[in-house]
Amino acid sequence: MNTETNTIEQLANSEYKWGFVTDIEADAAPKGLSEGIVRFISAKKNEPEWLLEWRLKAYRHWLTMTEPRWPNVKYSVIDYQDIIYYSAPKPKKELKSLDEVDPELLRTYEKLGISLQEQERLSGVAVDAVFDSVSVATTFREKLMELGIIFCSFSEAVHNHPDLVRKYLGSVVPANDNFFAALNSAVFSDGSFCYIPKGVRCPMELSTYFRINAADTGQFERTLIVAEENSYVSYLEGCTAPMRDKNQLHAAVVELIAVGDNSQIKYSTVQNWYPGDKEGRGGIYNFVTKRGKCAGKDSKISWTQVETGSAITWKYPSVLLQGDNSVGEFYSVAVVNNYQQADTGSKMIHIGKNTRSTIVSKGISAGRGQNSYRGLVEVKKGASRSRNFSQCDSLLLGDKCGAHTFPYIEVKNTSSKVEHEASTSKIGEDQIFYCKQRGLSTEDAVNLIVNGFCKEVFRELPMEFAVEAQKLLGVSLEGSVG
Amino acid sequence: MLEIKDLHASVNGNEILNGINLKVHAGEVHAIMGPNGSGKSTLAQVLAGRETYEATQGEVLYDGKDLLSMSPEDRAREGIFLAFQYPVEIPGVSNIYFLKAALNAVRRHKGLEEVDAVDFLQLVKQRTKLVEIDESLLNRPVNEGFSGGEKKRNEIFHMAVLEPKLAILDETDSGLDIDALRIVADGVNKLRNKDNAVIVVTHYQRLLNYIVPDFVHVLVDGRIVKSGGKELAFELEEKGYEWVKEADRAAIQA
Ligand SMILES: Nc1ncnc2c1ncn2[C@@H]1O[C@H](COP(=O)(O)OP(=O)(O)OP(=O)(O)O)[C@@H](O)[C@H]1O
Ligand SMILES: [Mg+2]
Repeated sequence: MNTETNTIEQLANSEYKWGFVTDIEADAAPKGLSEGIVRFISAKKNEPEWLLEWRLKAYRHWLTMTEPRWPNVKYSVIDYQDIIYYSAPKPKKELKSLDEVDPELLRTYEKLGISLQEQERLSGVAVDAVFDSVSVATTFREKLMELGIIFCSFSEAVHNHPDLVRKYLGSVVPANDNFFAALNSAVFSDGSFCYIPKGVRCPMELSTYFRINAADTGQFERTLIVAEENSYVSYLEGCTAPMRDKNQLHAAVVELIAVGDNSQIKYSTVQNWYPGDKEGRGGIYNFVTKRGKCAGKDSKISWTQVETGSAITWKYPSVLLQGDNSVGEFYSVAVVNNYQQADTGSKMIHIGKNTRSTIVSKGISAGRGQNSYRGLVEVKKGASRSRNFSQCDSLLLGDKCGAHTFPYIEVKNTSSKVEHEASTSKIGEDQIFYCKQRGLSTEDAVNLIVNGFCKEVFRELPMEFAVEAQKLLGVSLEGSVG
Repeated sequence: MLEIKDLHASVNGNEILNGINLKVHAGEVHAIMGPNGSGKSTLAQVLAGRETYEATQGEVLYDGKDLLSMSPEDRAREGIFLAFQYPVEIPGVSNIYFLKAALNAVRRHKGLEEVDAVDFLQLVKQRTKLVEIDESLLNRPVNEGFSGGEKKRNEIFHMAVLEPKLAILDETDSGLDIDALRIVADGVNKLRNKDNAVIVVTHYQRLLNYIVPDFVHVLVDGRIVKSGGKELAFELEEKGYEWVKEADRAAIQA
C-alpha cells in the first residue's frame, strides 16, 4: 500500500528522468483539496460567479461521497490530499534535440511510424520555423469560424460563450453523478468545447491537436460537445504516441449532446497513457466519465475507443437515447498487458421510441492483465420497439491474464429486443505457427491475429487513426507471446 | 538440398518418428505414403519447425545448414513451405493482406525491397490463374469459412505466390474434387523447376498420376520401411500396407 502512495508522491514531486515533464513554477496551488483550493482555481481562471458556485456545489457533494469499489480492479487508497490540483499551464521544457530524449521512447515513436517532426513536437523539442503548428492551427480555426463552428479550450468558452457553457455544462453528467465526476466538476483544469450550429457538417475531424493552448490540459479534463439540428461532427481524442504524465490520477468528464433532430456526433479515442512498468509499478489511473445524450429525434452518438494505456482504466462511455429513433453505438478495443487492469464497457439507456443501440467490445488480455467488460442495456417502458445488439469478445494471450464479462440487461417493455453475444478465445498456437510457417515473426503474427480480432472496431475509426491504432496494438503487446 | 539423418521426434514424451533417413535433391519429387497415424504429418511439421514436436535425435541438413536449430519463420524465409493438412483460420485478416505480409517477410530476409501494392496485385492476378482460385477468396479472412477443398487450393495459392524451394504438401489432395485435383496438381507442376523440390504426402496413388514422383517412400510407425520408384505407389494401392509391414518385420527378424 505504501508503495502506491509513494508512487503518487514520486510522480507528483519528481521529474521523469528523461525530463519529459512540464516545468512547474510558482504558479501552482499547494497540495491538497479544500474549498479554498476550489476558489483558488476558479479565481486563477478568472471565472464568473456561477461557475465558482457550480464547482463549490460539486465539491461539497464530493465530500459526502466515497470512492467506488465495485469495479473489478485493485489498487490502494488514493490520498486526495497529496495531489496538486492546480498549476498554471506553462510551455514544456524545451530540449535542444531528440538526442536528449529517452531512446526507448524514440524507439516506440519509430515503431508507431511517427514522423521526426512529430516526434520533436511530442517530446518537447524546440520546433523549427518550418513546422509551425500554431499557424496550422490558426488557418484551421479560421475555416471552422466561417462555418460558425466553435472549437476552443474550455476556459476560452467560459469567457467567450458563457451562455452555451452554462446551458449545457453538467446537463448529461451532473456534477454529483459519481465520485470522480464530482471531483472533476470541482477542480477541472481545462479541456475542449465544441459547438456545431444547425445544418452544418463539420468538414474535418476535430482533434485537440489543432486546438491552440492545448499544451497542458492536465489531469482533470472537461470536454463538452454540442450538436444542433442536422449537424455532424467527428471528434478525435488522444493520440497513439505514448503519453507520460506526472499525475497518477486522471479523472476526465466528457459530455456529448446531440441536441437537435438528426444531429450526429462521432467521438473516437485512442488512449495510450503510461501503463506502468513490467512489474506493475507506476502508471496512470484513468477514471473517466463519458456520456452522450441523444436529445433530438433521429440523432446519433457513436463512441469508438482504443484503450491500450493506463495502469487502471475505469470508463463506460454511454448514451441516453431520448429522442425517438435515435441511435447509440459503442465500439471498443481494450488491451491489458503486464499488470494493467481495465473495467470498461458501455451503458445504453433507451428512453425514446424505436431507439437502437449497438455495443461491440473487444477485450485483449496479455501478461497478468485483467480485462472486464461491464455493460448495461436498459430499455424503459416507453421505449417501445427498441433494439440493442451487444457483442463482447475476449482474446487471451497466455494463461496468467484474465477476461471477465458483466452484462446487465433491463427491459421494461415487450416490443423491444435485446441480444447479447459473448465469446472468449485464446490466441491459438496453431494460428501463430501457421503465420510463422509463412515467414512472419512471432510478434508480427500476434499483431496480425489481434488486429484481425479487432477489425470490427478499427473499421469505425477515421482512416489515419485506424492505421496508427493497429501499430499501437502491436507495440502494446510486444513480447506477450513467447 | 535436404538430408534427414536418423531423425527421431516425440510429442508429449511419445516417440513418433523412429529414425527417418531421407535425401531430397533439387528438381526431385518425393512422395510419402503410409497408414493413418504413421507419422507423415509429424515429419512435415518437424521439418517446418513446429515447437510442439521435439526432435530428440538425429540431424537435418537443409542446403548444408542445421535445419533443426532454425526458427520456423527463418525456415519459411529460406524457402521451406508447408501446405497444411488442416489449414488454420485467422478471423478478420484478409487472405491477400496476410499473403503480402508473408511475401514481404521473405523478401526482407533475402535483402530485397518490399513489393509495392501494384506489383503485388499483378503477381496475385497471375498466380490466381495458376491455381484457378476464386478471386472472392482473396479478400475473405484467411481460411475462415472456406470449404475443405477451398482451403487446400488456397494453400497451393500461397505456395504459388511465395515460390518456395522445398514445398511439403501434406495431403493436399484430400478434400479436392476430381477437377480441382487436376488443376491444383497442374499448378504444382508449373511451379516446379530444376532448383526446387516437392515432398507430397498422400494416401492416394491418383495424385501421383498428375504430380509424378521420382521416389515413393512408405512410412510405418515412424520409419521409412520401403522406398522405390513411382510404381511402388501402384503396388501399395493394390496390396495395401500389410504387405510392406510384413516384409519389414521379416527384414528386421533376419
Ligand atoms: N500433439 C500430439 N499429441 C499426442 N499425439 C500426437 C500429437 N500429434 C501427433 N500425435 C500422434 O502421433 C501419431 C502420428 O500422427 P501424424 O499426424 O503424424 O500421422 P499421419 O501419418 O499424418 O496420419 P494421417 O494419415 O491420419 O494424417 C498419431 O498416433 C498421433 O495421434
Ligand atoms: Mg497426416
